[in-house]
Amino acid sequence: MTFQAAISTAATDPLVNRLSSLTESYDRDMAGPVQSIERAAAILRLLAGGPGRLGLGEVAASLGLAKGTTHGILRTLQSVDFVEQDEATGKYQLGAALLHLGTSYLDVNELRSRSINWADALAARSGAAVRLGVPLEGKVLIVHHVFRPDDTFQTLDVGSLLPLHASALGKVLLAYGAASLEPLVEAEPEAYTRHTLVSSQQLNRAITETRDAGWAAAVQEMIMGEADIAAPIRGQGGLVVGAVGVSGPVESICDSKGHPHASLVGLTRNAARAISRDLGAARW
Amino acid sequence: MVERYVISIDQGTMSTRCILFDHRGRLVSVAQKEHRQHFPKPGWVEHDAIEIWSNLQRVVPRALDNGGVRPDQVAAIGIANQRETTVLWDRRTGVPVGNAIVWQDTRTDALVEELRRETGDDFFIEHCGLSPTTYFSAPRIRWLFDHVDGLRERAQSGEVLFGTMESWLIWNLTGGPDGGLHITDATNASRTMLMDIRTLTWDDELLAHFGVPRPMLPEIRPSIESYGVAHALLPDVRIGAALGDQQAALFGQTCFAPGEAKCTYGTGSFLLLNTGTDLVRSRHGLLTTVGYKVTDEPTVYALEGPIAVTGSLVQWFRDRLGLINSAPEIETLARTVEDNGGCYIVPAFSGLFAPHWRSDARGVIVGLTAYITKGHLARAVLEATGWQTREVVDAMNADAPRALKELKVDGGMTANNLLMQFVADVLDVPVVRPMVSETVSLGAAYAAGLAVGYWPDLEGLRRNWHRAGQWLPTMDSARRETEYDNWKRAVERSYGWIRPQ
Repeated sequence: MTFQAAISTAATDPLVNRLSSLTESYDRDMAGPVQSIERAAAILRLLAGGPGRLGLGEVAASLGLAKGTTHGILRTLQSVDFVEQDEATGKYQLGAALLHLGTSYLDVNELRSRSINWADALAARSGAAVRLGVPLEGKVLIVHHVFRPDDTFQTLDVGSLLPLHASALGKVLLAYGAASLEPLVEAEPEAYTRHTLVSSQQLNRAITETRDAGWAAAVQEMIMGEADIAAPIRGQGGLVVGAVGVSGPVESICDSKGHPHASLVGLTRNAARAISRDLGAARW
Repeated sequence: MVERYVISIDQGTMSTRCILFDHRGRLVSVAQKEHRQHFPKPGWVEHDAIEIWSNLQRVVPRALDNGGVRPDQVAAIGIANQRETTVLWDRRTGVPVGNAIVWQDTRTDALVEELRRETGDDFFIEHCGLSPTTYFSAPRIRWLFDHVDGLRERAQSGEVLFGTMESWLIWNLTGGPDGGLHITDATNASRTMLMDIRTLTWDDELLAHFGVPRPMLPEIRPSIESYGVAHALLPDVRIGAALGDQQAALFGQTCFAPGEAKCTYGTGSFLLLNTGTDLVRSRHGLLTTVGYKVTDEPTVYALEGPIAVTGSLVQWFRDRLGLINSAPEIETLARTVEDNGGCYIVPAFSGLFAPHWRSDARGVIVGLTAYITKGHLARAVLEATGWQTREVVDAMNADAPRALKELKVDGGMTANNLLMQFVADVLDVPVVRPMVSETVSLGAAYAAGLAVGYWPDLEGLRRNWHRAGQWLPTMDSARRETEYDNWKRAVERSYGWIRPQ
């Protein structure tokens, strides 16, 4: 199977979608395969097929490559965790990340564990309920929920599903490619209230605004009187793996004009950045 | 006005962490570093005290950096620590005598049996509230004397000092060989088997029984009191509190009133019930311990049910069996099946702690059939924590005047929703998680903050406590009883595996 064919079979995957559009533009500029990717693939095949760990010299000699070139490719593969280097011997082997390629990016229970302190701090500071969402089959799956800190009776929402188009959590997932818009628009999104965004035009505008701002809000778009604010959680390499947000009565989330409070937006984005840093997204 | 913070140091079994808290008890920043676990022989567990001290020197500046806080903005230092872990070191050089012997270590097994046989439990319970087990510090000191030449003499002359981890860290923080404070607090001292539980002083009869010379022992101080200022790391910042980690969690959960209880789910799990100023003697396998002591106020006592292996069973599942890549993934794996498939795991890795206290027990997996998948095993791993909690709660209900109405929980495993629901189901009471799940650190911070006047009183701290999550029981009572019966039968099968030597 060629690289292009592999991409077309996985066209539903948002990451691959983005990769695909990248490679298409690349292909228009320069016909033919990319040499360094071919060489990287050969190195991975060699490491997978070999007796175990291989040294730099062995890899270079096996493939007839210069040591410098080989080292550069191995270093790059190491930086994305496709290859690991043994500390004692300096030899290379396949990395753990390769085993998980194609499965979910991040275990949702792990995401909860890694976020729990920051989600608690966000609830304590904002005075609002906090939820974490990840994409699941065209919806937002709530994977963590912290009660509003007023000690009233509340029940855990973990495991429940929210619509992508009518929640701030969902808009963030749509805006950063963690969930895709096309199937949603084709299925005609439900209008929960008169504020729900349903047309492709409205949703595309919301997605652009979210990307520009770095956060999203949904004000009375699912339930009248309720609002939420959310920001993206990024994993390694900056890939958006989920969203974290605050939610509650519109009068506590928004000002008198119906705009989300800037302070809540700031707290939400800070929490999202802190979680992202813990997950290894260095630059956010 | 410049914001001020309290810094807490949690020197735990797996790692040393440093957390900054603000005036409303909210977490500002965290830094953490794991240390190596040494297993030189079956049943032996050791830590390198030097590694732990150097880890502390790394995590404190990192926590300050992460929070953008300067050392002069720190109002106080609070310390919580793994309890009973024993370190001996040279007063002049600061070099430890070998590795620290960790609370899980069972090398003193034969020694403890001998003490129980010759002296009997009652003598010890009367003096220190504990019956001899491999869990506590004093038998370890005695073991070291028996195995290291000349050590007893060096201890007698005050050349070698004893401490649990808080003593070691405070000594190093306050100057080390250069006039470092050699102190412990009443909660940590209450776990040595050397302290009179009523007077909070070293007990001569106990010292004689274990052959421990007084010059090597730290001074026993209240848990909450300004001990002095740090020289290293945070110069001139007051050290305001030291508590054993579980007592710190009780304090962090604001269980200030008699009848309030918490369970911390970590490597092991520890259920503590505040009994106020009453010293309650357990008849059902629980420990009597010091809850906390504020400067010159009366001592607050607690009943404790320690469970040796809970989170460490998940770690074993991850590291030794390799069935998951990270601890939280156990929930994902467990959710691939509906129930335990009839399989039960009793994790008596180093015997069983409360309420059984059987050092002759070893782990068993029962109910194995060809039907069992790794998903069922993952369920059984999590359920083991639930049932062990139930056994301790049953013992507390039998010892205490009132039955438990609600359990406050904290610790890393509270991120596991499946487990927390299961705990609620098997206890048949609501399980509540507070907004700050790092209650060990929070408790140490609260205690230190109180000592230096950063917080005025206990009521103010209580107002900082908020419910972050709650699980209500849903299990049908017939199923609960059947499953509990299966668990009890599994526990019986773990007994007596180790033959008397």
